Amino acid sequence: MRQLYETQRAMRNMRKAAMQRGVIAILDVGTSKIACLVLRFDGPERFREQDGVGSMAGQSQFRVIGAATTRSRGVRFGEVDAMQETERAIRTALQAAQKMAAVRVDHVIACLSGARPKSYGLDGAVDVAGQVVTDQDIGRVLAACDMPDYGYDREVLHAHPVNFALDHRSGMADPRGQIGNRLTTDLHLLTVDASVLQNVLHCIKRCDLECAGLASSAYVSGISSLVEDEQELGAACIDMGGGATSLSVFMKKHMIYADSVRMGGDHVTNDISMGLQVPMATAERIKTFYGGVFATGMDDREMIEIGGDTGDWERDRRTVSRAELIGIMRPRVEEILEEVRQRLDAAGFEHLPSQQIVLTGGASQIPGLDGLASRILGSQVRLGRPLRVQGLPQAATGPAFSAAVGLTLFAAHPQDEWWDFEIPAERMSGRSFKKAVKWFKDNW
Amino acid sequence: MRSLIRRPAAPEMAIRRDPAPSRWGYRYQRMMLTPLYRNGMRIGLPILLVALIALSWFSHEANRKMLSDTYAEAVQAIHQRPEFMVASLKVEGGTEALQTEVSALVNVSFPVSSFDLDLAALRDKIEAVPAVQGAVVGVQPGGVLTVQVTPRVPVAIWRSEIGLQMIDAAGATVGPLTARSDRLDLPLIAGDGAKDALDEAMAIYAVAGPIAPRVRGLVRMGERRWDVVLDRDQRILLPTEAPVRAFERVIAMAQAEDLLAREVTVVDFRNDNRPTIRMMEPAVMEMRRINAALTGTGK
Repeated sequence: MRQLYETQRAMRNMRKAAMQRGVIAILDVGTSKIACLVLRFDGPERFREQDGVGSMAGQSQFRVIGAATTRSRGVRFGEVDAMQETERAIRTALQAAQKMAAVRVDHVIACLSGARPKSYGLDGAVDVAGQVVTDQDIGRVLAACDMPDYGYDREVLHAHPVNFALDHRSGMADPRGQIGNRLTTDLHLLTVDASVLQNVLHCIKRCDLECAGLASSAYVSGISSLVEDEQELGAACIDMGGGATSLSVFMKKHMIYADSVRMGGDHVTNDISMGLQVPMATAERIKTFYGGVFATGMDDREMIEIGGDTGDWERDRRTVSRAELIGIMRPRVEEILEEVRQRLDAAGFEHLPSQQIVLTGGASQIPGLDGLASRILGSQVRLGRPLRVQGLPQAATGPAFSAAVGLTLFAAHPQDEWWDFEIPAERMSGRSFKKAVKWFKDNW
Repeated sequence: MRSLIRRPAAPEMAIRRDPAPSRWGYRYQRMMLTPLYRNGMRIGLPILLVALIALSWFSHEANRKMLSDTYAEAVQAIHQRPEFMVASLKVEGGTEALQTEVSALVNVSFPVSSFDLDLAALRDKIEAVPAVQGAVVGVQPGGVLTVQVTPRVPVAIWRSEIGLQMIDAAGATVGPLTARSDRLDLPLIAGDGAKDALDEAMAIYAVAGPIAPRVRGLVRMGERRWDVVLDRDQRILLPTEAPVRAFERVIAMAQAEDLLAREVTVVDFRNDNRPTIRMMEPAVMEMRRINAALTGTGK
């Protein structure tokens, strides 16, 4: 815990250094693709063409100058499965992005979707030391949160102070400078498997890069695909990736819950491959071209050539109707959504004032998915695309890139996390200082 | 069924399955993207290459000699172009004798390239001639070396222990003079420090007026005052202060009383209030005789 705290602090410093250098890379390690964006920071408002509309969510201060994706190899369920393969895939994406940007990138911010994220809601309370709340008080109240026993093999990935309350007033975003006696806070803690993180970090290190930040893809895709009022009033972002479907619940612009379902688009492809006896590549192609979740009478007549390369004419001329394809896909999609539904129910999503659900991620592009999702998850369902950022290629504006785009926003403006606040004085170096004082007293 | 003919692999099998760069390839590319290396490759390496080639070429003695020879030849070829050649000399100003002297001094064998002429040195050489006050040396279009001489104008003759010399208004020597009679138009000065008080001497000469034909010269006495020497061994001793006014008075006296035509040797005006004259020996004798006759005393 202590160590991770320091690690996160070090990463924040690294991020600052990268911002000063002006170039940082974004790495989305996904199951089906690895996306890499290279951002250039040139200070605020550099690219503004004319006066008028101000900066869009503060993202006008950077520009995407390089983008590349590569087919992910060695990643399963959003976790590194084969280190060498993953490292090569990261290297491929990074090299292509660097080549496009024509700059050397040394710092990278990565996100990963798997690693079994688990949310904890913590609260802490402390008496304000002086009249008004200071940074020190906030550091103390964050330190006063009682840590749950989340297991020795897990690491804290995010720790957002969601809410502050001063005496009887709650819902404060920033209590500093206010007068009060008792300060309480609610902290949202997200832990992931430490070994998975270690693997990702190791892969990044093997590519001669410094890691300037780590994020959960559930969180960053929520940042990019939820609009501001959805984040404010309460919404869930469901990022349907290749190997994992991650979901995050936002309220008052803070993530209050995140989880991940270890199923995604690759499983749908797998089902098609098994059901139709075709290779995975063909299954993927059929899925993207003809896939769907609602069958109509028209679909019975639309025959799809499955093909094959066996040399056996009978086998190579097989066809299947689109209705059959939908019949294969739909149960798996339903299963994923049901699983998501369970997680949302467990999180108490129905108690939020607004229950908007936003589907994003590569697998959310299945035609008719929003209709199916509204049957399972609730009426307020929409398909989300990531925010537009400067310089992003057209090919990278689809929902499959919502995590990558969210990561750019995270790189530009990270929300304050626990490690961004001051370390409480009594913890920092108090003991050693006291020791020194005692030594002086004893000896002089 | 196996095909009997070997066909090329299907295109999808031909594509590389792994597009990942090798670890060293990746590192190399990153190194090349570093600004230092980029600039080094773009600027430093070509410069180094060119410098190396040039150095290796210059390291041969023959190459260096060839280069310097070629350069010298090119320079010579330009210098020898007819546009730059100087064929004749023209000296302007001054007397004919001076022009001849200057022409002899120039001592350049024509035709010569104007690049080879050191005009400044030539001018210094010409200006070293005493009779020349200044000279303008230049090459005129058409290949004419022109020397415009401003001669010194002698205003007086200075007699010193080394002989007669003409001097100009600034006191600079114009040239020697063999005989006084050669330049009767110029006044003569003599004595220690006479040259330094030339202005005063010229002022005294200027007012000489009626007795000017009789003035033989001015003598500086004790480096502080002037004596005007006339013919018939007459002398006018002028004071240190305001000698011109005193001289005017002498002239006035000479005109009114015909002083200088009499038997007077010295007119002493050193003391303004008490002008004194010294008479010649016969006159003194005569005067004594007359006095004796009048008074009846003496001889």
